[in-house]
Amino acid sequence: MLDKNQIAQRIAKEVRDGYYVNLGIGIPTLVANYVRDDIEVEFQSENGVLGMGPFPFEGEEDADIINAGKQTITTLPGASFFDSAMSFGMIRGQHVDLTILGAMEVSENGDIANWKIPGKMVKGMGGAMDLVASADNIIVAMMHTNRAGASKVLKQCSLPLTGVGCVKKIVTNLAVMEVTNDGFKLLERAPGVTVEAIKQATDGHLIIEGEIPEMSF
Amino acid sequence: MITKKVADVSSALKGVDSGMTFMFGGFGLSGIPENAIAELVRLNINKLTCISNNAGVDDFGLGLLLHQHQIKKMISSYVGENAEFERQMLSGELEVELIPQGTLAERCRAAQAGFPAFYTPAGYGTEVAQGKESREFNGKMHILEYAFDADFAFVKAWKGDTAGNLIFKGTARNFNPNMCGAAKITVAEVEELVPAGELDPNEIHMPGIFIQRIFQGVNYEKRIEQRTVRQRN
Repeated sequence: MLDKNQIAQRIAKEVRDGYYVNLGIGIPTLVANYVRDDIEVEFQSENGVLGMGPFPFEGEEDADIINAGKQTITTLPGASFFDSAMSFGMIRGQHVDLTILGAMEVSENGDIANWKIPGKMVKGMGGAMDLVASADNIIVAMMHTNRAGASKVLKQCSLPLTGVGCVKKIVTNLAVMEVTNDGFKLLERAPGVTVEAIKQATDGHLIIEGEIPEMSF
Repeated sequence: MITKKVADVSSALKGVDSGMTFMFGGFGLSGIPENAIAELVRLNINKLTCISNNAGVDDFGLGLLLHQHQIKKMISSYVGENAEFERQMLSGELEVELIPQGTLAERCRAAQAGFPAFYTPAGYGTEVAQGKESREFNGKMHILEYAFDADFAFVKAWKGDTAGNLIFKGTARNFNPNMCGAAKITVAEVEELVPAGELDPNEIHMPGIFIQRIFQGVNYEKRIEQRTVRQRN
């Protein structure tokens, strides 16, 4: 079974040379730590920066340079700043190659729910609805089940949706799955996790074809 | 030369009144019009509709207006990190309309650029689309969103000149340029106000035509919401 850092490490393998990538808050943010250093990648933050770098050294924080999580950041050579309409123009216009975000639920037709739990304080969707509605290549990073042990990989989402039919791939603590027209296609299993265990933790239709390889990093 | 310079924040906010709709630039606490917010607190007008990506924190940004119960309705994309906001929302004192961030930016820009409405895929198939017109373009579903209609836009820039031209810094740019000219009156406050002619026209982010009033801001706190650092090794 993977921890959050290992989920991020596995997703980092999906990042290709020359990609512009938008990382959501939580596990997706960790992906930046595992991207190979022999490829060129630029991270976009939807509040208006491309070419995001690591956190600043203490004493070098700048209130005018933050990411979408409102954290102080730095920029790398080649970076640029822009306004919010242009930022979402990049996203809506499909100029961003890969979007990685967290989810509360994903359904077998690629619907995603990650912004609202009825009856609880609703903080808002931020840029998530724009991202999932427009991005061509969306990977969800999440735990396979919720704290109560219930599957988050579902036939149908029960929570209010963020977007419909948009998720392409899911990486959880148990498995890598592709969202296909016929359901979740199991691609890889986490080290030490059996296909049976993944099946048990998956509520939606899981397609198992042949030997399922163990993940490598 | 047309001059947009006004003496101070109180002349800049002349005409604001209870019941009006205001736009506020800023993302989190970055690039918020601190001086305009402080003046609105002082004027203590109320029943305001506020269009802003976020709602500040308890004791800063729009949180200061919330604290005095000046806001009737917030139109935002994300409103976490604010306990008083939550309390007023749950008790029904405060009306909240949550909309996708890109839609919020574009509704500002549409108002600025003279588009009454536009189609976006954001929110299709979700509760955001309820009651909205939808239409298919190139095999994909979109929903119709309208330009905002606001009385004042309050924006904050790094540098400005007396002609109203603006230059922003870093990610403090965010919604500020999109809100310029998106309301009946746009008020810009800047960290450094210089005579027209001193800024290189090639470097201007926002031409002064979109701004009605500009003033030299004072006492910027520029509070950091999430101070994150790495260790030197």
